[in-house]
Amino acid sequence: MFTNFFFELRQAGVPVSLKEYLTLMEAMKRGLADCSVEDFYYLSRSCLVKDERNLDRFDRVFGHVFKGIGEPPPDGEEVPVVDLPEEWLRKLAERFLTDEEKAQVQALGGWQKLMETLAQRLAEQKGRHQGGSKWVGTAGTSPFGAYGYNPEGVRIGQKESRHRRAVKVWDKREFRNLDDSVELGTRNIKVALRRLRKFARTGAASELDLPGTIRATANNAGWLDLKLVPERHNAVKVLLFLDIGGSMDDHIRLCEELFSAVRTEFKHLEHFYFHNCVYESLWKDNHRRQAERTPTWDVLHTYPADYKLVFVGDAAMSPYEITHPGGSVEHWNEEAGQVWLQRVLSVYQKAVWLNPVPERHWQYMESTRILQRLMGGRMYPLTLEGLDAAMRELVR
Amino acid sequence: MRFTGTDTYVATEDLMVAVNAAITLERPLLVKGEPGTGKTVLAQEIARALNKPLIPWHIKSTTKAQQGLYEYDAVSRLRDSQLGEERVHDIANYIVRGKLWEAFEMPEAPVLLIDEIDKADIEFPNDLLLELDRMEFHVYETRQTVKARQRPIILITSNNEKELPDAFLRRCFFHYIRFPDKETMERIVEVHYPGLKPALLREAMALFYDLREVPGLKKKPSTSELLDWIKLLMVEDVDPETLRAKDARKLIPPLCGALLKNEQDVHLLERLAFIARREGR
Repeated sequence: MFTNFFFELRQAGVPVSLKEYLTLMEAMKRGLADCSVEDFYYLSRSCLVKDERNLDRFDRVFGHVFKGIGEPPPDGEEVPVVDLPEEWLRKLAERFLTDEEKAQVQALGGWQKLMETLAQRLAEQKGRHQGGSKWVGTAGTSPFGAYGYNPEGVRIGQKESRHRRAVKVWDKREFRNLDDSVELGTRNIKVALRRLRKFARTGAASELDLPGTIRATANNAGWLDLKLVPERHNAVKVLLFLDIGGSMDDHIRLCEELFSAVRTEFKHLEHFYFHNCVYESLWKDNHRRQAERTPTWDVLHTYPADYKLVFVGDAAMSPYEITHPGGSVEHWNEEAGQVWLQRVLSVYQKAVWLNPVPERHWQYMESTRILQRLMGGRMYPLTLEGLDAAMRELVR
Repeated sequence: MRFTGTDTYVATEDLMVAVNAAITLERPLLVKGEPGTGKTVLAQEIARALNKPLIPWHIKSTTKAQQGLYEYDAVSRLRDSQLGEERVHDIANYIVRGKLWEAFEMPEAPVLLIDEIDKADIEFPNDLLLELDRMEFHVYETRQTVKARQRPIILITSNNEKELPDAFLRRCFFHYIRFPDKETMERIVEVHYPGLKPALLREAMALFYDLREVPGLKKKPSTSELLDWIKLLMVEDVDPETLRAKDARKLIPPLCGALLKNEQDVHLLERLAFIARREGR
């Protein structure tokens, strides 16, 4: 019945399976969403979406597939929105706005600004709602609804939900910021990092080993013989190399979040800072970077090869900083950055590079391409998806 | 049997649809949302509204799926065998029933709450797949199959600390409790504190939503914090006028300890107030 809907959801990347689709059909058969489109929307959302990150995608597909259902009937001819005459809007506003509200418009940056935003907004809306001429009026998500610019008859109300009946719920797209390519809080990072966890028993024996005890007791002809085992701990060891300073300043917040998430997640975590590229020394405390440096050789000798290595850096620098001796911007380096990088990578087989710069910009940066090659393609964007892929690579 | 909210719980329309779908089709309902938006309370209210017993099963990091079904208390049996007790001969004496078994054996279908499933080990949901699907399990020690007399209404809450496996998700209905908008929030407050002075409510709500808008808060206050705070305001009999003193100099709301649970957030707010005061001068 809704096969089209089902396939469009799959195409949009919402992981729906046949089982869920059949559940929805069963629910429909039992009459759970008979009365209204809205009920159907809620029901199908509850059946088909299992992760809040996909809610926004679902809303978009729903809006697309069931376009026109539940909308007010089209009234005659449609005005192409993009050239909504400014005078007309202004006249409308003057007719209906109180002085106070006009002041609010001024506060928003005046008419000029408002018009610019409007034009921009309209361009966006046109893209996903072909020539939808009713957008300005019906979509309560735009600030314009707030001031009541509705070509079909002006409604003046507040910005929020006073007349939310008029707005189709799925068009509000309230779950937009849960989409996983955008937001990346500590909590999300932690979820991604958990992929790395690997439990193992080390340390003092403190837990009762029941199977062991039973076996030992049986061997002992029924005489109780208690056995203990050490508690399970997360045994993954991580070495974190963070690029700091210069072009990385833009990404500090993101990196801080990553760092704080990583801190609590792993028991064996060692971090070092570098600037742009790894050379003969690293440091642990950025305030005292000139005074307290650790030679990279020492790091390589101290931490065994079963550590997993994670670089975090934007890989944006002059190519010479990687390829030539003496290329570093801070000091004279005897050996080129790539020599050091290869040395480090030869010790730590499991390594990834996380790059906070969006993936689509990578190809324009010569240094990013070089590093990408040196890492053997194991460079991932610092988004949730990228982090996830990186962690998969590390446990592989 | 339809759930439409209760006199102490305001259910939004989408929540009602999801709950009723789960009840009718006898599938578990997975509820996610910000902490403090009423996920756990939902189960209690469903039980109350439908007049059914509630069996809560609170999950911890050490909880195993098997504990929900049954546990074989081998250590007691071992001890009893050493002491030569009579009951040691029947293994059934050492089978301890779990919450799921309890729910299956009830004469009337109860509401089973599996609270904070994400706290448990990653494999936990996978270990419950068959049990939740078929509502039966096998007791290996006594060679007995426990089958649900009636399928209980199962509610599962998660705080998103771990991702749940796909196979598990496919068997559930899902609902994400969104943070309530002002209108819903007013209804929620009304339900908890009927007859609250409208002036106080209005000012408190305005302040609360302003506070949520403050950029950079580590933990935004949520519904349960708002309710606590309003209760405090009522007990202290705070004048609505004090809340209104909006001239930015008094940015720190009275009794803000109920709203902000993090000393960094309080510091942040104090800093903002300080800046506002300096600019206001």
